[in-house]
Amino acid sequence: MRDPLSKVIKEVEPSGIRKFFDIVSEMKDAISLGVGEPDFDTPWHIREEGIYSLEQGRTFYTSNAGLKELKEEITYYLRRRFHLSYDPVKEVMVTIGGSEAIDIALRAMIDPGDEVLIPQPSYVSYLPCAQLVHAVPVPIELKEENQFKLTRQELLDVITEKTKILILPFPNNPTGGIMDYHDLKALVDVIIEKDLYVISDEIYSELTYSGTHVSIASFPGMRERTVVINGFSKSYAMTGWRLGYACGPELILKQMLKIHQFAIMCAPTTSQYAAVEALRNGDADVEMMREEYDRRRRFLIKSLRDIGLECFEPFGAFYVFPSIKTLGMSSDEFANRLLQEEKVAVVPGTAFGRCGEGFLRISYAYSIEDLKVALERIERFVKRHRE
Amino acid sequence: MRKKILKIVDKNSKASPEEIAAMLGERKEDVEAEIAAMEKEGVICGYPTLINWDKADCEIVTALIEVKVTPQRGLGFDKIAERIYKFDEVDSVYLMSGGFDLTVIIRGKSMKEVSLFVSEKLSTMEAVLSTATHFVLKKYKEHGIALEGGKKEDERMLITP
Repeated sequence: MRDPLSKVIKEVEPSGIRKFFDIVSEMKDAISLGVGEPDFDTPWHIREEGIYSLEQGRTFYTSNAGLKELKEEITYYLRRRFHLSYDPVKEVMVTIGGSEAIDIALRAMIDPGDEVLIPQPSYVSYLPCAQLVHAVPVPIELKEENQFKLTRQELLDVITEKTKILILPFPNNPTGGIMDYHDLKALVDVIIEKDLYVISDEIYSELTYSGTHVSIASFPGMRERTVVINGFSKSYAMTGWRLGYACGPELILKQMLKIHQFAIMCAPTTSQYAAVEALRNGDADVEMMREEYDRRRRFLIKSLRDIGLECFEPFGAFYVFPSIKTLGMSSDEFANRLLQEEKVAVVPGTAFGRCGEGFLRISYAYSIEDLKVALERIERFVKRHRE
Repeated sequence: MRKKILKIVDKNSKASPEEIAAMLGERKEDVEAEIAAMEKEGVICGYPTLINWDKADCEIVTALIEVKVTPQRGLGFDKIAERIYKFDEVDSVYLMSGGFDLTVIIRGKSMKEVSLFVSEKLSTMEAVLSTATHFVLKKYKEHGIALEGGKKEDERMLITP
């Protein structure tokens, strides 16, 4: 029998998180600090709008790019929050979460052999998505001493004639690192001079705890070479609704829309109606959640440092990324033994790239009460293994 | 810092100064001092616990009473409100805009007890013109917290990217 599988899919490694998930799932009464989604329920007025749309029988496809009013609200929102300006008709499309947008942006822009720069540690899907379009993924290993920011020199070091796309995953999952105005500014002329395109994954933009998030697309000369990806999952606690969006120059968006049209048709209609409500009347919810995350963030950093785990201060997303290098264990080993011995699940840093070795991703999408219980166990574990 | 502390204790009066300090990135001593100052100034007036008495097997009857009163010269509604709120049975008293003047919330062991209070103590006051008593049948939500159901299970998958 012929091999039913393509060569390229066989080269894609299964997600490191998946492997760990299987182990954790076997474990009864484990407590987890391992999730990548908010613990808040979607605010009720947003859910209610989704329910209302169902009651009204709005159960049909929308146009491929999404509801007109949603695209308009997205452009108002981006202008109001991040000084980005897009044409709702030609430069915005609604996707199935940020994930779809990442996939189709790469598919629309890559030819086989093009190099895609992927700063790591970072979200698990950039690399496989690049592989699937026969791109050459080029990881850039970010460093803790730079707060896991991408520096100008690190960027210059990896650019070749084949480099086409830079992925900018900030605020970052798993490190919590952010790129502020000056950090981004240092990259802009390199990007323009080397004629690169940027896929800027800004899904955590609302969860920034020092100043307001800055988008690379807001710099002069960058708008025409950037696809901005954002969505509702993190900022409005809407992960299960599967709704994101992409904005960018018409030239690129038109082709992304083509893929979306054939592969997806349109994003879920109910979710789109709910999202309109989120953008119109959800600012206070975002603010409330950000404040709560920020309290947990400070609490968790202080507690981890008190335990004796080194931990740079992350200013974004809802993760901390402590170093465990002083304990003489690999990330995998630490995570596995912590699970076996104390029944606490955290994600080894290596799940987000090789340079995540020596780190753990700990999520604070949990109540302070839950964090306290988990921290007690982590403290016991660390003390025991200090010797 | 005040407002930030209040936001935390408003949701959880059990939060310790140490925890609050960690959450806000402040020193424990400063948080303690600020809380003490707010207690002294009457910004923080107490630390009661939100109890669902229906589940506690204790008979407690709550009634909301609309009261119309004659305000007194020079004292307005304050004097009469004070005379009412000093009764132990009275849980809350609010001055209202609209069709009546005071909302008085009474807690008693039985409907009879509450009725007696209204007929003998409240409506007999000289300044009280009329009362309308509404008994609470069921409490669904109080102080921003839904009373039914208890703590919600975390339904998220244990590990997600």
